[in-house]
This record gives sequence, C-alpha cells and structure tokens, in this order.
Amino acid sequence: MTTTGPARLGPDADPVRPGPTSPITLIVDGEPVRGVEGQTVAGVLLGAGRLTWRTTRHGRPRGVFCGIGVCHDCLVTVNDLADVRACQRRAVDGDTITTGEPQ
Amino acid sequence: MSVETPDVLVVGAGPAGLAAADAARRAGAQVVLLDAAGDAGGQYWRHLPAERPAADERVLHHGWDKFTALRGQELLTDAQVWLAERHDDRPPTLHVLVGPADGNERTPRTFAPKALVLATGAYERTLPFPGWDLPGVFTAGAAQALAKAERIAVGRRVLVAGAGPFLLPVASSLLRTGAGVVGVFEANGWSRLRKAWTARPAELLSTRHKAGELAGYVRDLARNRIPYRTGTAVIAAHGTDRVTAVTVARLDPEWAPVPGTERRLDVDAVCVSHGFVPRTELAVSAGCGLDAYGAVVTDENGRTSVPGVYAAGEITGIGGADLALAEGVIAGLAAANAATTSAASTSAAGTANVGVTEEQRRARRDNQRFADRLERAHGIRPGWAGWLGDDTVVCRCEEVTAGDLKAGAAATGSRGLRSLKLSTRAGLGVCQGRVCGRTVEELLHRHTGGLLDPGRTASRPLAAFVRMGELAAANHPEESA
Amino acid sequence: MRVIVVGAGIVGAAVARELARAGAEVIVLDRSASAGGTSAAGEGNLLVSDKGPGAELDLALRSLALWQGLLPEIAESFPSIEYEAKGGLVVATTEAGAAALRAFAATQRTAGVESSEVNGLDHEPDLNPEHTAAVLYPQDAQVQPAIATEALLADARRHGATVRQGVEALGPLRSGDRLTGVITSAGPLAADHVVVAAGPWSGEVSERLGVTLPVRPRRGTILVTTRMRPRIRHKVYDADYVGAVGSNDASLQTSSVVESTAAGTVLIGSSRERRGFDESIEARVLSAVAAKALVLFPFLSGVAVMRAYGGFRPFVPDHLPVIGPDPRLTGLWHATGHEGAGIVLSTATGELLTDLMVGRPPTLDPAAFAVDRPTLLPHLQPA
Repeated sequence: MTTTGPARLGPDADPVRPGPTSPITLIVDGEPVRGVEGQTVAGVLLGAGRLTWRTTRHGRPRGVFCGIGVCHDCLVTVNDLADVRACQRRAVDGDTITTGEPQ
Repeated sequence: MSVETPDVLVVGAGPAGLAAADAARRAGAQVVLLDAAGDAGGQYWRHLPAERPAADERVLHHGWDKFTALRGQELLTDAQVWLAERHDDRPPTLHVLVGPADGNERTPRTFAPKALVLATGAYERTLPFPGWDLPGVFTAGAAQALAKAERIAVGRRVLVAGAGPFLLPVASSLLRTGAGVVGVFEANGWSRLRKAWTARPAELLSTRHKAGELAGYVRDLARNRIPYRTGTAVIAAHGTDRVTAVTVARLDPEWAPVPGTERRLDVDAVCVSHGFVPRTELAVSAGCGLDAYGAVVTDENGRTSVPGVYAAGEITGIGGADLALAEGVIAGLAAANAATTSAASTSAAGTANVGVTEEQRRARRDNQRFADRLERAHGIRPGWAGWLGDDTVVCRCEEVTAGDLKAGAAATGSRGLRSLKLSTRAGLGVCQGRVCGRTVEELLHRHTGGLLDPGRTASRPLAAFVRMGELAAANHPEESA
Repeated sequence: MRVIVVGAGIVGAAVARELARAGAEVIVLDRSASAGGTSAAGEGNLLVSDKGPGAELDLALRSLALWQGLLPEIAESFPSIEYEAKGGLVVATTEAGAAALRAFAATQRTAGVESSEVNGLDHEPDLNPEHTAAVLYPQDAQVQPAIATEALLADARRHGATVRQGVEALGPLRSGDRLTGVITSAGPLAADHVVVAAGPWSGEVSERLGVTLPVRPRRGTILVTTRMRPRIRHKVYDADYVGAVGSNDASLQTSSVVESTAAGTVLIGSSRERRGFDESIEARVLSAVAAKALVLFPFLSGVAVMRAYGGFRPFVPDHLPVIGPDPRLTGLWHATGHEGAGIVLSTATGELLTDLMVGRPPTLDPAAFAVDRPTLLPHLQPA
C-alpha cells in the first residue's frame, strides 16, 4: 500500500453512496490498467496511483495540473493520436494509451 | 454542410449557460445549447458521469436542486467551438467539432445564430512559485474536479493555499473524498478580509445564504481540526520527481514574503488557487470589448459591444454561481427577445424592455456587490513576485523562467509583449499562455517599464486544438449573410 | 547627420544599424513596440528560391551574404536568432508544374541561384511520394524574425542609435520644400533625413509626411502545430508558391509552405489576400492552407494545430521594394514594400539606402528600387 499520492475511498466509506460500476481496461504503454466506465483517461491513471506520464523537453515529469483542460500538461497519445488531454478524454474500454513524447 | 441558424446559441452549460438557455426557451426562442464536456454542469456542478450513479451525490454540491431543474434541457455535448469568425455588426459564425475531446475526424457543424450567449466560464489563476511544476502540485480546481467527477483525492496529506473563498469548498471536497488536509492558507491578512467583508453589512443581506455556505465549510475544517491561516502562502514546493514538502511563509499586506517566517511542511499534494481568469477566447475573437480585469464588458441586459452577442457568468467578471445564474437569465431573455423580434422593434425597445423582471435585476445587482467585495478582499497583490527565484519556471509549457524574462527584456530593450514572447517563448507552448499569460504580462510590464501592446495574451483565435485533417476536410460554406 | 527612421520592424532595424555604423546619429521611432507588426508575423524566410532573375533576386543574394557576415556581429549577449541554413525544397505535384519548375530553376541558375533536381524522398522522407519533381535550393535559410529584428536593433544601439517606442509620427516638419523632421506624439523632432520603413503602414506614414506611396497590406495567415519530433528538415513548398507571390490578384490565393522551427513546432502557410487591415481569422482560409499542406505531407493529417495567426505584408503593385530618396520631397526616404521578403531583403536594403545617403558607391544598381521608376510612376500621385 502506498501512503502518499492519489487516494480513493472504498464504496462503503464514500459519502456519495456510489452505485455499481462497470470495469474497463486500458492498455497503457503495453500494460493493462483497470478503471471504470465514465472515467477520463487521467482519472484511470491517477486512480491506478500514477501521478506522472509525460516529460517536458527538459526532461521534467508532468501529469495533471489544472484538471479542467486548460493547462495541457496531461497530454497523452490515444490510439496513436498524439496530443490528447487526458483530463478531458473519456476512457473507452480497450483504448491504447502511450505516454511520454509522441513519435 | 449547411450553416445552422438558431434564434439563440448558448456556449457553455455551466450555471450561466443553463440559466440563459432555459430563460430563452421559456421566452419562445429556438435554442441550441452546447458544451465541450460530456454533460451539463460546467465546473461548478461538475459531477459523476451517468455511468457512475451515486445515491447521495448532492453532499458534494450546493444548489443541486437548481441544477436538477435546469439539467433536463436539450444539450449538444462534446461540442468544441474552435473558431469564432468575427462580423462586428452581428454575432460571429461559430465553427464547432463534435466528438471525443481532442479527437480526429470529429463531425463539423457551423452556426450563424441570430443571437449568441457566451457563458464560457473561467479557470484558475495560479501564480508561479519555485517547484510549482512538480507533479503533486495541482490547481485547487483540479482537486475539486477530480473529487467531484472521479471520486479521486489528489493526495493523502494535502495543503490548500492561495486566495479567495474557493479554497474552502475545495478543502471540504477533499475531506469528503478521503484526503487528509494539513491546512488552508489564505494569502490575505485578517485586516484586509475584515475590512472588505464587514463594510456596509446591509448590502450583504440578500446574499446571506452565502455566509451560511462559508460557515458550513469552516465547520468542516473545525471538525477535522484543520488550521485556516491568513496572511500565509506556499512560497516553494520541494521534491525531485514529485512534491514531498513545501515551504510556507507569512506575507505582508502586499503579499511579499516576510523574511524569517518560513517553515517547512511535509505534504504529498498542494492545491493552489489565486483567483480566476475569464475564459474569453471566443469573446475576443467575436470582437467583444474587455475591461481592465480581462472580463467581457456587458450592459445591464448582458449585451456585449458586438450587436447580438451577450455574455453571462464568470466571463463577465468573477462573481460565483448565484451571480452567474442571475446574469444567465437576463442574457437569455435579452437574446431571445432580440432574436425573435424584428430589427426595428429591437432597436426601438432600447435597453429596457426585454422581459426581465425587477426581481431578476435586483438579484444581479446584489450578487454584483458580492463580487466586488470578493475582489477587494482577495484580489492578487504585487508582492508575490518576491517569492520567485531567477530559476523559477513561469511558463510551464516552454519552461521559461523568471530570469529568462528579465534577461530577454534587458537584451532586447523591447517594450513589446509580442516581441518578448517570441524572443523568450513565454506563452507560446501547448496551453497558449492560458496558464502563464497574465503572469508573463505582469512581470514583463515591470521589466520593461510598461508594455506598449498589453492584453495580447488574451487573444487566441483558435479556441482549441484542431487536427490538420479536420481543418482540411472542413467544407466551409460561404455565408448567405 | 541626424536621421529619423520611422518603423522598428526588421527593415527599419537594418537601416538604422547600417546608418549608425556609417556614423549617422539615428533615432528609430515606432508608434508601438519594436518587432510588433509584420516582422513578428512571418516565418523568417531567407529565400532565393522563389525569385526569378532580376533586381529583387540580386538584392536577395546580396542580403544573404550580408546575413552570414553579420551573424557573429549580432550574436554577442543576445538570444540566438535561430539562423539555420536548412535549404529549400520546392516540390511540384503535377507534370505541368514539374516542367515549369525545371525551367524556372534553369533561369535562376544563370543568375547565381544554386539548385539541383533531387529525389525528394531522399531529403524529406515523409514527403508525399506522389510528387512529380523536387528541386533543392541549398542557399535558402531561416531566422526567427522577431529575435532577428531585436538583434539588429540592439546592434544599432551599440553603434549609438536611439530606439523610441510608443512614439508616433504625426506630420512633417518642413522648411520650404525640404522635410526637416517629424512632428511626433512626443513633440517635434528635427532631422536631416527621414526614412519611412513602416512596412504595410508606410503608405499611411508617407501621407502624413506629405506624399502618397502605393503600399497596401496583403494579408497572410499561418498555422502552428504542436511540438513534434523533427520530421520536416527543409523549408518545403509547392511550386505554385512562386506564382502566388508574383500575382496581383486581390482575392485569396494559397500555396503550401511547410517548415519546422527550432522550437519543434511546424509552421504551415501560406495565404495571400488583399482586404485592407482586416485582422479576422477565417475558417475558409485555414481550411485551404491545411488542405494544400496535406498534399505535400499527408502525415500531418492527425497533427494538432494549436495556433493560427495573421499578418500584413507590404504590397507594392510592381512587386519590388521601394528604396531610396523621394524626388518629390527632399529629405524624405523610403525603405518599404518588401512584401513577404522583408526579412531576407532587410540587410541589403539597409546597405543600399546607406550607400545612397552617405554618398558611397552603391553595391547594387538603385534604379530598379527608385520611387519614380517607370513601373511605379503611374501609381504615384503628385504630392
């Protein structure tokens, strides 16, 4: 168990009393990462405990900063299309996500 | 592809846009309401997607009943306006791509509405500080969005800092999402806050439910023994690949850090907000005039400087959801009125008779006063530049530092923002200056002794990414104007 | 000798630098800030490939030599001007276009423009293999135009010039038939000579000083992509570009010009349209520019465009710059009308104007650029 970084409440502890969810799987840099339907790509990545997934030209790590589509820090490649804001793109089961600098 | 010509087009389905579309529909206008997101609500009512129902979602929200009443309207979702073509004498032509965010081969649609209501909202202004580009540093809005729409807490030991009442609901959302909050730090001192919020208390009577809201947040903090400190700011974040600690310090009334007051706190996330920036790309492209704060100038009916273009909500000045709702109703009625009556009778009607009741106007005025206090109490003061180092990144995208800006201004002697942006690359990256634009302008203003072309960071003719193939395929019709 | 240069764009900067180095007391005025107009809105072309034999090509060849010579002089204590001798690759996409391109390159060779027909894919692996001919022009180069302008101004200042930003030229100071200075927004300013180097606004400034000059804005629009790994190595353009540059048609013309920048973005042009100082960005123009670029580089289809911006080129009816004294008003000089080639032509323009003003034997024949040349004369009305 990590003791730092993004956290989630279990369904029983969540005051919004969540209903059932449907699992989805993204392929992130070749590895399966599980999330639930309705999440954004950034939500799936953060939910899996991943804080960063892009590096700048100067090699600095970046992930979500603004979370509402403004800062463009969270860009990923989705199904071979580069420059997609992870915080805005709804994750679809089976999506292939490539992080790092686009080729 | 044909050009669609609805009576009223409303861009943005947050509180202002929902209220505007609802009011215009009730007034009998044919309305198209669109939003770039997958659902209504905007940032204020950002909520769980339909695929993730929750029985008690309202515990994360204020005004949820109001939202429930407004959200049933027809809404064009995933609709990104990428260009507003200016026509000075009438509303702009809006070019829209409908499909997954930043996708390819989205469906193009073009609108030439008889009246346009811009309700595009605002995003956070975050001042730079050393280490603010480390992962684990978030805007407060990111924490809020992730909590409300993803049920993810950005960290386990989270510090919330910056300026303004927005810090409080963010802390509450974090608590309800399982985060530990180590403190809420407001940059302004008690004396400024007290002066702004206690002057002329009678004026605040009509908006007193807001005081109740704020009191609720404060109770949340007290119950969890979370300190709320004023006159205090995060002046640095530390860590190698992610934030592990911050330095906080006392600020003087002008927000300059007081030497000797620094202390270090261990955290795994920091959420920062220093205010808001109106999202004005489309308004600027349409030709709408802006005020000194970069907000769209409107008259009492929500009319901008361009005939047929109305604006409501945070793009007309930061005032919160209640003001946005009031402005939305007025702008929606005025737009419907203008679109459904002949040009002659519209001009004859002048500014008065657009079907707005005196009660609606009063709601707008009362909330406007609240917004004015917000600025007086929490507006950014210039001393913040004191916590910058020469190596502090200012433009996150291009990694341009405060020292680079200083050196660029000194080497060129230019007093041109455009030229200095090009020679330093500040504001030229993927976010197109949305995050750093005002900060870069302010810093360059100081280094040059005054910029001669200020305001340029607000101009972004492309309001969003467009793929080359989408551009090329767009079969843009000549207008039959 | 005191000289006022009106306009702190690249041409004004180059003129000021040459005059200051020749010993003149130079004051540069700009109603706004330096490098804020046309010079900040282009790609920074240093091209010879788009010019046929003639006076403009001679000016361009001389300019290229001057650019190479001044690089070490302006490099001190200044950000890089991103000079890159990347070469141009001109591509034809039809058989007729290929024949025309080959013939054009042959005539250029007689005038000193190096070129060779190549296999385009050897030089640009991502080029559309369907093209019909590709000609490589190794002399073509590129700079970052705003930084280059500031660097020239900084060097002018090192040689004693003064740059006054936010000072507008409002009217003439005259003594009899002679222009003796400028009435500015900051008061009267006396000078022995006044040089109008205000790009597309030169017509307006000339009029304020008492003469007409047929310089009009010709609109251009550029797309900027997000940063990508380097995939486009040269300045690549389609052979239609030469025709569009030389056209007098006021309506929209597009041709494809594609190149990478030092920052990793790709600049995609270009459009030409005469519609006054209308700054609006239109979907039909962006669409046409994008469609043409995809003909050259199909891989760009999925690339994100993050910015579009427009600018105004100083258009003159006979497509030649105006450089030299105005015979209608003693003391008035022009250095304008470079249309889309002001970045490259600035250096030799500064040299030629200085030659004429200080009485040095000119490096190039100034007659072709004279204000009262036969091809411009019909467009001049008596002052």
